[in-house]
Amino acid sequence: MSESGKIITGCLAPHPPHLVYASNPEQNEPKSSGAGAWKTLLDGYAKLRESIKGKDYDVIIVHTPHWKTNIGHHFLGVEHFEGLSVDPIFPNLFRFQFDLNVDVELAEAICSEAKGEGLVTSMMRNPEFRVDYGTITSSYLARPEFDLPIVAISSARTYFDYSDEAGEREMLALGAATKRAVEKTGRKALLLASCSLSHRHFTDEPSDPEDPSFEHIYNENQSKWDQHVMSLMRSGQTARLLEEMPDFIAQSNAEVRDGSLTWLLGAMDVPNMPAKIHAYGTVIGTGNAIVEWDVEAAEVTA
Amino acid sequence: MSDGRVIGAYLVPNQPLPLLAPEQSPAWQSLHDSYAKVRAEIEASEADLILIFSTRWVSIIGHQMQADPEPDFWVVDEDFHQYGSMHYKLKIDADFAATYRDCAKARGLEARTVAYQGFPIDVGSISALKLLNPDNRIPAGIVSCNVYSDRTETLVLGKAAADAIQKSGRKVILLGVSALSNRMFTEWIDPKQDRIHSLKDDEWNQKILELLGEGRLEDVSQLSREFSRQANGDSKMKAIWWMASAMGQNNDYRGMVFDYQPVWGTGAALVGLTPAKNLGGGLEYDEDDTEFYRGDRNVLAAAKKTEENPS
Repeated sequence: MSESGKIITGCLAPHPPHLVYASNPEQNEPKSSGAGAWKTLLDGYAKLRESIKGKDYDVIIVHTPHWKTNIGHHFLGVEHFEGLSVDPIFPNLFRFQFDLNVDVELAEAICSEAKGEGLVTSMMRNPEFRVDYGTITSSYLARPEFDLPIVAISSARTYFDYSDEAGEREMLALGAATKRAVEKTGRKALLLASCSLSHRHFTDEPSDPEDPSFEHIYNENQSKWDQHVMSLMRSGQTARLLEEMPDFIAQSNAEVRDGSLTWLLGAMDVPNMPAKIHAYGTVIGTGNAIVEWDVEAAEVTA
Repeated sequence: MSDGRVIGAYLVPNQPLPLLAPEQSPAWQSLHDSYAKVRAEIEASEADLILIFSTRWVSIIGHQMQADPEPDFWVVDEDFHQYGSMHYKLKIDADFAATYRDCAKARGLEARTVAYQGFPIDVGSISALKLLNPDNRIPAGIVSCNVYSDRTETLVLGKAAADAIQKSGRKVILLGVSALSNRMFTEWIDPKQDRIHSLKDDEWNQKILELLGEGRLEDVSQLSREFSRQANGDSKMKAIWWMASAMGQNNDYRGMVFDYQPVWGTGAALVGLTPAKNLGGGLEYDEDDTEFYRGDRNVLAAAKKTEENPS
């Protein structure tokens, strides 16, 4: 394999199963009313799909908060998965028949590179493993066809077991390992960080989960933090964002504590290019932004 | 008036390794063998329902009660996938699940039953049921562990369980599926060398087990916040709060510590508690006690327009 691989685009691609539910794909058993609570985010994903439509990538790499591993970083290591994924948290919304292929060679390469960075890593070889809904949801919303192989990376519990700072260091190292593996294997990769920003949920739900009158941010603090973080992204200040990440986590219960966003920034060499915010919206109180860093275009411009 | 009641309770580990690979570690084998002793006690009891609170089933929308009468699927542990899949076919008491849901709602809680083909029942509940009730002789109930609930809400959930048990007429064994200290090793270890993650965790576990061995469940419930802070207790020890609340918040039990071992660094104990009169001794109850849950939506959340709050 040549060493001409590169990351084409990196995206913050949150995974509320509500967005799959509201899209009413044939793979998902529950059907939504179409009442429109999450229209902004659905429109944002449509813009993201449009933006990446013409790009030349051959694999999607997802870092997912909903495969939580205590013993380091795990990678799907079976070439094909299919079956039923029922979300244990929102089973009323997400019962999805998935059918996807895995780029095992690339997964093994990232696993190996990460191990070289001193991280604890494992390949997941059990063919009966239930692919988590974070991976499925972000993959579906970015590219519903499932016609490209994916790599799915678990969320190690480093932030929770040690500290937010220790977690950040690990995720930057994992991101760097991901970049090197992409380059060495000659892949052209789309990266998805499958997480929300602020992440405090309401603990109740209206009878129609898509009722727009119910939907709003959990509280003003969460909103202010989300807006601040997006302003840093928009102005290309990702290094400052990393500096402030532990504060963001501590003060807004942010889902970035699962490491996905920092992994993404690490894989893109902490880009100082302005990000494109396709949408910001809430899902049962959590703050979700769909954000794109067009790495390839930035390189061409440079 | 119905005569439903709790006839016993057990605290059991949250990890699947004593089921999946007992032969790989003396500690896991010891737990596996001790499960057999607990199983014998349960088989000899007159229980007609095993009701589980599992810290491995996390919920966000209130509290979920499993209500599929015959869940038939499999799960693979997120970390320990190399040890194999856990195929299951269970017998769930769907009527009780509905009663529990209604009793929870009556106490102000958000609650719902779930019954979906392919629903991934958590590895903690599966492990416990396979080791303690392998032929499904006794129907089971399972309730989730809400990620946001704290002591107040969990106590109310326990009281709702007591309401439902009384109303249903069932003779119930409670299972709290939970580790004690819940710090796992974050790298691959030789299972034969498994040990409690730290001496501090071990000492705290031993103290809790000493109290539970004396049947002082409510004292342990009141200590749970401190224990969690000091020893990284599993999910704030909500399983203990729930059990203590469902059993009447007292210390009147005969306690039996069947086993205590490490599972990948966590404190894994098998403890039995049988109601017994007047064993409690002096009680020092400091924490609040709540009968009805009023939620946090109007406390922490952004104000929402209602008839009472039109602004």
